[in-house]
Amino acid sequence: MDQKELTALKNKATELRIRVIDMIWKARSGHPGGSLSVADFMAACYFRYMNVRPEEPRWPDRDRFVLSKGHVCPAQYAALAMRGFFPMEVLDTLRKEGSPLQGHPSMTKCPGIDISTGSLGQGLACGVGMALAAKLDRKDYRVFCAVGDGECNEGEIWEACGTAHKYKLDNLVVFVDWNNLQLDGTCEEIMPPISLARKFEAFGFEVYECDGNDMEALCEVMDKALAAKNGLPKCIVGKTVKGKGVSYMENVCSWHGTAPNDEQHAQAIEELNALYIKEEA
Amino acid sequence: METKKIATRDGFGEAIVELGKENRDILVVDIDIGKSCKTGTFRKELPEQYLNVGIAEQNGAGVAAGLATCGKIPFVVTYAAFGSMRICEMIRQEICYPHLNVKIACSHGGVTPANDGASHQAIEDMGIMRTLPNMTVIMPADYYAAKALVKAAAAFDGPMYLRFTRDAIPVIYDENETFEIGKAKKLREGKDVALIANGDTVRLAIEAAGLLAEKGIEARVLDMHTIKPLDEQAVNACVDEIGRIITVEDHNILNGLGSAVAEVIAERGKGKLKRIGIQDQFGQSAPYERLLAMNGITVENIVAQAEALMK
Repeated sequence: MDQKELTALKNKATELRIRVIDMIWKARSGHPGGSLSVADFMAACYFRYMNVRPEEPRWPDRDRFVLSKGHVCPAQYAALAMRGFFPMEVLDTLRKEGSPLQGHPSMTKCPGIDISTGSLGQGLACGVGMALAAKLDRKDYRVFCAVGDGECNEGEIWEACGTAHKYKLDNLVVFVDWNNLQLDGTCEEIMPPISLARKFEAFGFEVYECDGNDMEALCEVMDKALAAKNGLPKCIVGKTVKGKGVSYMENVCSWHGTAPNDEQHAQAIEELNALYIKEEA
Repeated sequence: METKKIATRDGFGEAIVELGKENRDILVVDIDIGKSCKTGTFRKELPEQYLNVGIAEQNGAGVAAGLATCGKIPFVVTYAAFGSMRICEMIRQEICYPHLNVKIACSHGGVTPANDGASHQAIEDMGIMRTLPNMTVIMPADYYAAKALVKAAAAFDGPMYLRFTRDAIPVIYDENETFEIGKAKKLREGKDVALIANGDTVRLAIEAAGLLAEKGIEARVLDMHTIKPLDEQAVNACVDEIGRIITVEDHNILNGLGSAVAEVIAERGKGKLKRIGIQDQFGQSAPYERLLAMNGITVENIVAQAEALMK
């Protein structure tokens, strides 16, 4: 990836973060912390990797995205709007009555959502089903799935991993958003993860580790993971910061599910705007 | 002449093979109880359409949902107790809410896994599944009904819960019988009392109607194979034309067929109802017929309740 593309991708991630903060501020509810930690992976998927057709959201051969940690859907909604799946103004309707942008993603209401999620631990199994369908039909599409570190407390995650390994789903990329905070506290405090990387490895995944908020590092491992057609499902354990990009939200547990007030919103937007990198002419 | 007895799980096992051969998108998602749920032939003859996800029901439901988003028609095959309760929330969240074309096909319905005891007897399942929006809930009354309704299920687009018997039950239909999802089958006409049954209790209702006829009481018998959507028209016809109704089911009297019928009757504002079913109690390891008898699910009790309603 050349410098120009990298800069453009980083700026997409910044724009995505700004839209996330705007949406949650306007909705007066939502989950900013995890939406910001997963933003770089989301931007990488929608602006570098995923083969999708915004004008034909259910195109059968598209790459799929499964947001297993469904509460951070503002990040996916922003990405979908930025890719042209629906007009940008729709973002202002987040969590409002009649909106396609439900508090947790609904595939029957929102174009570009490949599976409804929101109840933690369930999305990965659905992603496994999609990747399996591609194998059964001998198609090339891939499945990108974002799971939370806290979400890995759920047993169904590990059941799904077993199936991914058994059926050699090398078309599946799982991104673990390792921001080390869950709703009630740190991962160590609530349910020590021991080592998520070693766990996924033990379940038959090819595991990569990187700074999940460093676009260059992330794309480097994503490139490798997607190139390795070796019969192994892929897992990227991305070390991230909950609330990344907004100083007062970073690593603060209470920003899991709280909307910023007007003042906090203004400060967040100012800080995020400062992250834009001027593109070379 | 001895009545032929076949478990309805066998009807499922045979129908799913025929369906799989006709349509490559039909898949079986087994949860390591395939042999017991009669998917063995499917596994052998259609290996490319056969998946086994291990003893992991939650994952099985999720994988099926993902497959369905890609145009597959997966049948998740397990026991009724697990297929309705262990994975209830996965079915709600990932199958019913997105309205995906996944069939939950369960053997061991009601007290038919008799000797296995209470852990394996599913007496709550149809009621639980009935409360999920977008869900269709079916229990065939015999082997031929099972074959026909499984075929109807495959042709139906949407979430469905199908319940079969572990034990052999008498055959009451023949292979040419046709079934429509959501439409009760009238097996006998009568003007004095209506017996509305489903699954393995339909044969009890038929037998009871025969005995009642000898006593001068004419019973209408309905096979309500689909409890959701309930054939309200058929129930209302019983209310309006007869006014005395008995429901019979191998399921808790709470929230199953009896409750579904009661809801319709209560809103109609007239008619008398008696519910026969599991008396809101867990079972035990015992012969199947004994377990039914412990709950009053017998021909004799149906006759007695009909006579009581006639007074």
